[in-house]
Parts: sequence; C-alpha cells; structure tokens
Amino acid sequence: MTERILPTPPQTPESAAFFAAAADNKFLLRRCTACGRAHWYPRAVCPFCFGATAWEEASGRGVIYSFSVMRRTEPQYAIAYVTLDEGPTMMTNLVQCDFDALRIGQSVRLVFVPSDGGVPVPCFRPAP
Amino acid sequence: MTLNGTAYIVGAYEHPTRKAADRSVAQLHAESALGALADAGLGKADIDGYFCAGDAPGLGPLAMADYMNLRLRHLDSTDLGGCSYIAHVAHAAAAIAAGRCNVALITLAGRPRSDGHSGTAPRPVAGAAPDAAWEAPFGPVTTNVYAMCAMRHMHQYGTTPEQLAWIKVAASQHAQHNPHAMLREVVTVADVLASPMIADPLHRLDCCVVSDGGGALVVARPEIAKSLARPPIRVRGTGEAMKGQNGGDIDLTYSAGRWSGAAAFAEAGVAPADIRYASIYDSFTITVLIQIEDLGFCAKGEGGRFVADGNLISGVGRLPFNTDGGGLCNNHPANRGGMTKVIEAVRQLRGEAHPAVQVPDCTLALAHGTGGLLGSRHGAATLILERE
Repeated sequence: MTERILPTPPQTPESAAFFAAAADNKFLLRRCTACGRAHWYPRAVCPFCFGATAWEEASGRGVIYSFSVMRRTEPQYAIAYVTLDEGPTMMTNLVQCDFDALRIGQSVRLVFVPSDGGVPVPCFRPAP
Repeated sequence: MTLNGTAYIVGAYEHPTRKAADRSVAQLHAESALGALADAGLGKADIDGYFCAGDAPGLGPLAMADYMNLRLRHLDSTDLGGCSYIAHVAHAAAAIAAGRCNVALITLAGRPRSDGHSGTAPRPVAGAAPDAAWEAPFGPVTTNVYAMCAMRHMHQYGTTPEQLAWIKVAASQHAQHNPHAMLREVVTVADVLASPMIADPLHRLDCCVVSDGGGALVVARPEIAKSLARPPIRVRGTGEAMKGQNGGDIDLTYSAGRWSGAAAFAEAGVAPADIRYASIYDSFTITVLIQIEDLGFCAKGEGGRFVADGNLISGVGRLPFNTDGGGLCNNHPANRGGMTKVIEAVRQLRGEAHPAVQVPDCTLALAHGTGGLLGSRHGAATLILERE
C-alpha cells in the first residue's frame, strides 16, 4: 500500500532537541520538574503549573484515543490521537496497517517515519 | 457588571450571494454593512464602533474601517474563528455599557467558494504557531479533526451515524423554504448515510457547504434602539470561552460551549428549557450534537437520542434549530458560521423567519458557535437574545 508522504515539520528552538533525538530513534517527551507531570506537545513551560520542564525518553507505547481515515484523498491516511503510557495524548498518524481494522483502545507502538525532507516524524502502528 | 439589557441588536443583514466571483472580499463586507444599516434605519455617520475578525482583509480592523471611511471611537478585531461575531455582540454591549461607543457595526465576509477552498485541504500553517511542529505533518484538515470528535463520541456514548444524519435532515427540512440556500433539496437519513465517506465517520452530507457571502449586525445602546422603527432585540445573556488540548489531557467529547453557555444562561437568568429557538453552529453534524449537550439542552451523551426523529425540526420537535438551513444547507460565508447564527435568531425573534419555519411567539432565542477546530483548539461564544 502506498503511504502518504509526510511534510517536514516546521521547527523552532523549542522542538530542536526532540528531532535531534528522533534521528537516533529516541522518542522524547517533556515532564515538569516542579509538579512531575508529563505533557504534550512539548514546551518549555509546564501547561499545568507553569513550572520548568525537562526532556526524558518515553516508552513509545500507547493506545488509540480516537482516529479518522481520510477516505477521498490519494493515498488515504489515518489521523489519530494516541494516549501514551506516560499519560499525555498526542496527535499522530497511524501507519503501516489496515485502516479498516483500526479500533479505539487498540495498543500501538511508536515508529518514526521520515518526512519529505528526511526529518523523522513520530507515528504509530498497531502493537504486534 | 452584567451586560443584560445594556445593548440591543437593531440591524441584521445576510448577503444574498452564495458565489461572488465578481466581488472583492472588502466589497462583500461593505455591502453587508450597508444592508444592516438600512435594516436598522441608521446611517454611516451613526457608527462609532467597529468589530471584525480574521476574515476582514488587511491588518485587523484598520483596512476595512478605512475602506468604509468610518469615524470610530472603538475598534475590536477579536478572532475566535467562526464564532467571533457572536462574541463581538457581547464585546459591543460591553463597549456601549462602558461609554466607548453608541452604535457598533460588526461585519463578516469571504469567498472561499470562488477561491476554491475545501474542508479536506490542509489549513495554512503558521510556522511560529507553537503546535505546528507537532501537528502539521499529520494532515489535520477541518473534516478529520471534527471526525475524531465524532468517532470518540460514538465510542463513549453509543452515538450512531443515523442520529448524526437526523441533524442534516432537520437542516434540509428548513432549507427547502429558503430561496437563497445552496442546498434546498430535502434529504433523508438514508441519503446522508449513502453519501460518500469523507473522514470516518463523517459523510459528505455530515459536512457544511462552502459558500461565498457575508453578513453584518448593528448593535446600539437602549435609548437609540428604542427610537428606531424595527423591533429591538435585547442582548440578555453572553458568554465566551476556549478549549484546547489541556496539555495533552484530551477529551474530545465536549466543547468550550460548556462554559460559554453556562455564563450566558447565568447572565440571562434563564434555563435551556426557556429557549424557544436555537441557532447552533453546524460546521458538521457532530458540532451541533456536542454543543446541544454542552449548552444543557440534554445530558452529556444523550445528544444522539435528542436530535433523532426530527426533534430539531421547526413545528415538529422540541428544539427548532437553524431555520434558515444553517451551514449544513444554506450558507457558510468565509467558512465562519457565527454571523448567520445571530442573523437567523434575530429573524425568529422579530417574527420574520419564513412562515413555514417561524417559531410561534418566539420571545427568547439562543445563538451559539464554536470557532477554530473542535478537536484541537477552539473558541466558543453564546448569546441569549430576547424580543421585548
């Protein structure tokens, strides 16, 4: 099956470390050093308590919170929100799978998919 | 300070065009403004406050205010997406109450149809938007982000595609009486379900139209409103709110309407059961269903059962909604549906809706909308309006 080519994410100084780690196949998220809570999307200021945040490596495991398959585009693609084992829910694409078999609650694993510019983008596929 | 009774809607106008290849966006704004002023019985020199949002061409309110050559004491370009104009009525009331202006003009216009815009194309991404790196690669368009809300609502509450389809059926029942509506053909639940799947679980007929057009409102202080010939429509309750991704603690089954609605009902001192007619932003069928729950017309999760079997059809159901045909069938100018929501509520309160859909003795109405994307970050605004 032909998969959609992902456009390169527009990056900022706040996202640089994430994509540098992704090039080494490491999936990072940010956690607050004050309240201890992980969040998504990653930011320098904790969205829960305004505390300082730091990168940590995440498991890359999660479950599908919701999804939708674009049926009239060529190729089709599946946008989703995936809830990570660490807590936060993130927007992503579900890839390398049968779109008709996708279900909310299904276990998924992180897979980095290179964008059109080669930057690794965090996507998910069903857990084996 | 309460805004209840501080201002009245004295003029309302919906541009009749649905395809305006021969007009500029600025021209559509100005033509809409002229229509609303004529409706109010006021003139250019009476306007001392001007409100517009991101659809206005140029920098904030400056270019359009200059195009119309307005002499202003108060300007506001708050942009909450498609519900901005609902919020603008409240902002105008606040400005009037504070003595900042006497007569406020609110305009909206756009031509997404002539310009070939689509709800399945990627939205323009500002590279500096803090979410861009984390979302733009995944192809969030309008349809699939709303579709994820529908998918989750179905999973959590058992809402069905048939129930969502009833919302489109009700809109089409109303649109058949509107000569300006883009889609005047009455459709059935089966028609909705048989239309092409766009973004699971939303079919083509779960989506609103893409239309050119515009609209405008005139809001004035009570002394002025009561001196005019048209029935004054009192601003009785107002609310605005926003909801984002909450740091990743995401719940797609409710909207910021939960908060804007509660604020508006509290200010108005009325309850959902008192509302005779409701304009509810219908970018998609799911938008209506979630907002009806959040506004308190039924309990969370009960929206599917509430909208089924014609309960939104004027003369048939408990909550007549979008009697102009709404965004689903009539008009969605600039891809922003808040303006037309207020305009149809004003028509209902004046008793000037089409006789086939006019709610008898419509004294209290609600206009509510969301703006932006329901499934990522959106604004919400609620108005409760009264005919005195």
